[in-house]
Amino acid sequence: MNAYRVEVRVMPRAALLDPQGQAVEHALQALGFAEVCRVRVGKHLVVELEAASRDEALARARAMCDRLLANPVTEDYDVAVEGGASR
Amino acid sequence: MKRVAVIVFPGSNCDADTLVAARDAGSDAYFVWHRDTDLRQADVVILPGGFSYGDYLRSGAIARFSKVMAAVTAHARAGGPVLGICNGFQILCEAGLLPGGLMRNAGLRFVSRPVRVRVEQTDTPFTCSYERGEVLQLPVAHGDGRYVVDARTAAELEASDRVVWRYVRDNPNGSTRDIAGVTNAGRNVVGIMPHPERANAPALGGQDGARVFHSMEARHATQHAVDVRAVDDRQLRV
Repeated sequence: MNAYRVEVRVMPRAALLDPQGQAVEHALQALGFAEVCRVRVGKHLVVELEAASRDEALARARAMCDRLLANPVTEDYDVAVEGGASR
Repeated sequence: MKRVAVIVFPGSNCDADTLVAARDAGSDAYFVWHRDTDLRQADVVILPGGFSYGDYLRSGAIARFSKVMAAVTAHARAGGPVLGICNGFQILCEAGLLPGGLMRNAGLRFVSRPVRVRVEQTDTPFTCSYERGEVLQLPVAHGDGRYVVDARTAAELEASDRVVWRYVRDNPNGSTRDIAGVTNAGRNVVGIMPHPERANAPALGGQDGARVFHSMEARHATQHAVDVRAVDDRQLRV
């Protein structure tokens, strides 16, 4: 088994109102960052796990997202795997 | 007298009020801890308000996997009445027993104040003692109360008369189509964002919510549950 570090990014669905993102966007503009067009706020989760391969780590992480980490009604997610050094 | 199971999760905080409201309506109400797997022959199940598991990850996301939820899901699938209030509504959506989801209020602030809701449907186990179109004053207290569904599901909810309550004039959270509460296709599972148990007596500032609990005692409302019990009894005899 190898140790993997999976980074999961969960974002509110693009079509849905993201009031947190809007509040941050307005705050940035108020600070003089006039170039800011849009901000969205999501979640970043780091999951450390053991798996036989990188593909397995990815598949397991996706299963975790489908089951718990993201709500398919309101959120989208993507998953990136790091590591793979043998223990 | 109906047997009413009020589920208690770590972080539930409206469980006691809900129990009292059900008892005031004449029900035999009792608590069931989230680790229990037995609803003790419940006719009706209520998931109360609160902040189960600290609302970590998403409101209701972790409570939805509590041990007791397998029994609640089985009760619901068999047609038994289930009511989710506030956090209970969030849990029912996370569990897939109701469509849609509840997101951060559009105004970002936690809202805690009375709102007006119109009773849109009276053929559910929790609204059959109301008149259709009646406007109630009920308190809300939530940070994640913005009900969202995709456009197709929203249209389906409207077409099948499954929006049970709607905010009138003042929508406190920006919910889709001013939705304050919905029901499932079987019309036995109901979720509501405002707190009927907090408007249960004149001393609380109003009693518009009391009939949610009186509705449970109305005969036709728990017909499904009686059928469920009959099935259970048969299984017991076998």
